[in-house]
Amino acid sequence: MAKKSSKKSTPKTNKEEMLGFYREMLLIRRFEEKAGQLYGMGHIAGFCHLYIGQEAVVTGCRAAMNDGDQMITGYRDHAHMLACGMESRGIMAELTGREGGLSRGKGGSMHMFSTEKHFYGGHGIVGAQVSLGAGLGFANKYLDNGAVSLAFFGDGASNQGQVYESFNMAKLWDLPVVFIIENNQYAMGTSVERSSAETELYKRGISFEIEGVQVDGMNVLEVRDAAAKAIKHARDGKGPMVLEMKTYRYRGHSMSDPAKYRTRDEVTKTRSERDPIDGVRAMLLEKKWADEADLKAIDKEIKEIVKDAADFSLESPEPHPDELWTDVLLPVEA
Amino acid sequence: MAIDIQMPALSPTMEEGTLSKWLVKEGDTVSSGDILAEIETDKATMEVESIDEGVVGKIVVEAGTDGVKVGAVILQLLEDGETEADLGAPAEAAPAPKDEAADAEPKSESKSKSKSESKPTESKSAPKAAAVPDDPDIPTNIKLVETTVRDALRDAMAEEMRRDETVFVMGEEVAEYQGAYKVTRGLLQEFGERRVIDTPITEHGFAGIGCGAAMGGLRPIVEFMTWNFAMQAIDHIINSAAKTLYMSGGQMRCPIVFRGPNGAASRVGAQHSHDYSSWYANVPGLKVVAPYDSADAKGLLKAAIRDPNPVVFLEHELMYGESFDVPDMDDFLIPIGKAKIRREGSDVTLVAHSRMVGRCLDAAEILADEGINAEVIDLRTLRPLDTDTVIESVKKTNRIVCAEEGWGQSGIGAEVAARVVAEAFDYLDAPPERVFQADVPLPYAANLEALSLPGVEDVVAAAKKVCYVG
Repeated sequence: MAKKSSKKSTPKTNKEEMLGFYREMLLIRRFEEKAGQLYGMGHIAGFCHLYIGQEAVVTGCRAAMNDGDQMITGYRDHAHMLACGMESRGIMAELTGREGGLSRGKGGSMHMFSTEKHFYGGHGIVGAQVSLGAGLGFANKYLDNGAVSLAFFGDGASNQGQVYESFNMAKLWDLPVVFIIENNQYAMGTSVERSSAETELYKRGISFEIEGVQVDGMNVLEVRDAAAKAIKHARDGKGPMVLEMKTYRYRGHSMSDPAKYRTRDEVTKTRSERDPIDGVRAMLLEKKWADEADLKAIDKEIKEIVKDAADFSLESPEPHPDELWTDVLLPVEA
Repeated sequence: MAIDIQMPALSPTMEEGTLSKWLVKEGDTVSSGDILAEIETDKATMEVESIDEGVVGKIVVEAGTDGVKVGAVILQLLEDGETEADLGAPAEAAPAPKDEAADAEPKSESKSKSKSESKPTESKSAPKAAAVPDDPDIPTNIKLVETTVRDALRDAMAEEMRRDETVFVMGEEVAEYQGAYKVTRGLLQEFGERRVIDTPITEHGFAGIGCGAAMGGLRPIVEFMTWNFAMQAIDHIINSAAKTLYMSGGQMRCPIVFRGPNGAASRVGAQHSHDYSSWYANVPGLKVVAPYDSADAKGLLKAAIRDPNPVVFLEHELMYGESFDVPDMDDFLIPIGKAKIRREGSDVTLVAHSRMVGRCLDAAEILADEGINAEVIDLRTLRPLDTDTVIESVKKTNRIVCAEEGWGQSGIGAEVAARVVAEAFDYLDAPPERVFQADVPLPYAANLEALSLPGVEDVVAAAKKVCYVG
């Protein structure tokens, strides 16, 4: 039922795809670095959870999705929105709490959505997105629209009760949903070993007859292939799968986390040995799909996008005071 | 002496039932565990087993008898060596006819509040106001059909499911079992298992799946077997359903109805007897509805299902079996957010919702006999709260009593009273009075339960207090 992914053959790819991955993952990293910087300068407040280190997970998954497939996640959500093609300007301006933000400044870092891009949030209650994501799958099946929903959650959320309630119903009804555990090894400050009786999280679906696979979440191609298989499985009416993406976050849980629960060496080691962007970069150079100058040009282009987003997020005015009262309830159509 | 076998109580709220079929006849020998009869309650058909051994001496209640009271002797069993000569008169009276029984209060109520109010010596005669003559909700010249609240709710769901393919019902025992309280009776047969979905016992999970399905374009009706169990799911009701529209800057919709019985039933103890009215009414982004009669139950539930917002729909288990007129029309909708004046009066305003409306109407009759003409307002919707109707009434009566079954602190009555004081202070001739449940978890013992729940006499006493009478 559950297995570690085999790494027999190198996954197929090509120049365009790898350059695309490089670009997308770099955008996420630079965007998050900028968000961290703006937080430090006091422009972003509250909670702000950065995705740095985990870029391959969402990028690889997105590559395996069809248009119309949905994504839903928790509060570490900026990268998912960028992967879904939501505007970096709108995301950053939401972080700064401005009128130009995707939720017009009323959601903040943890609460952005796009019906157009099929991104369903952005949820602050740990584990809630798993039930909601199963519900999106329920709607897909009910409407017979052929879409699959991808519900992302962390190793911490994987200990919430509603996750298993949702696993049970998702398999019972064979809902088209894929459960993606982004195991970055720390639920805030508590390691998987200190929080979980079963630390191999891909096995968490076994008692619900849900197939689970452990995936190298630092390798975008491995992620892409595992996600493609799981999405196909769900789309074929065979129900959910659990993918455990072994990944790592370089930054603290949130901006206010001093990360004393792990050593600097541990972070440095992962960063130097398993960095998802370095991996793509090395492959691009090795295959001669790009040279240093090409990559530098991409870096520059990404920096421009992020700078533009940051500028926009600081120039956009605060929401009009009248916005306080809007979007509480929708009007009832007569 | 022969053994008297009595009509059993087959649920916490059962007071009577139909003896639909005997499976034994006089002269049969029965032993412990044998099935004696089938009894039909408003919720289910149940089999009655013998716990004694003997020979059936006399069948006291014929098969097919409706309205057999719990406790009435239905069969007499002869023990070893006894003969027909040993059959005495049954200990209990014969069953009451059904129509009388229908008006009976649950036991917990009828025993409650026996403190007798001393009647005023001088009897002013106030005009006896009946129900509001021209009901603004119901078109004139429309046929009225007597319907239970239970069936009105079912009809509302069925009509909306016929109208809109995206409406579906999910919850525990809603499909094959036909509803724990039979509110979803017949829906599975008409709409099939795609749209009437039995869930596992997993409130947190299915509330979340319901919200996700609503975000994904469906219109779920999520039934909680009781609102007490929705405590497991309250996170999704509030954090996922109520707040998402706002947090998304107006993008993400969650049109969902959460419904089920709320508040005290009868003798089910503290964990099954909690009134959540004020909890949900506290939350912006939700609409909260708590109907009293069948017409409102139907019209408001239909409106709730069509509403683009999340709606918390608080029903009352003890009202499910009560019958009221419902207009026989295709599309009977009651707008959410409008209170209803159920009885016009000039001396004091009684404000209530759900089952307490009935207590207030009864209180108004008693008060009328004592010369106090009470106006009764049924809030119907708790969020948005129709304070205008209340304020207008208070401007006329200058006195208000807010009655509810839940606890007083931070309650609906507290909110109504605060708004009246803020907006109509100069019109008040007395401080507002509140009637509510005793500030303790609801006890199990019959006498304590009755003492803890507010009843008609409490409303009467409060109304007299604000009228400075007695």
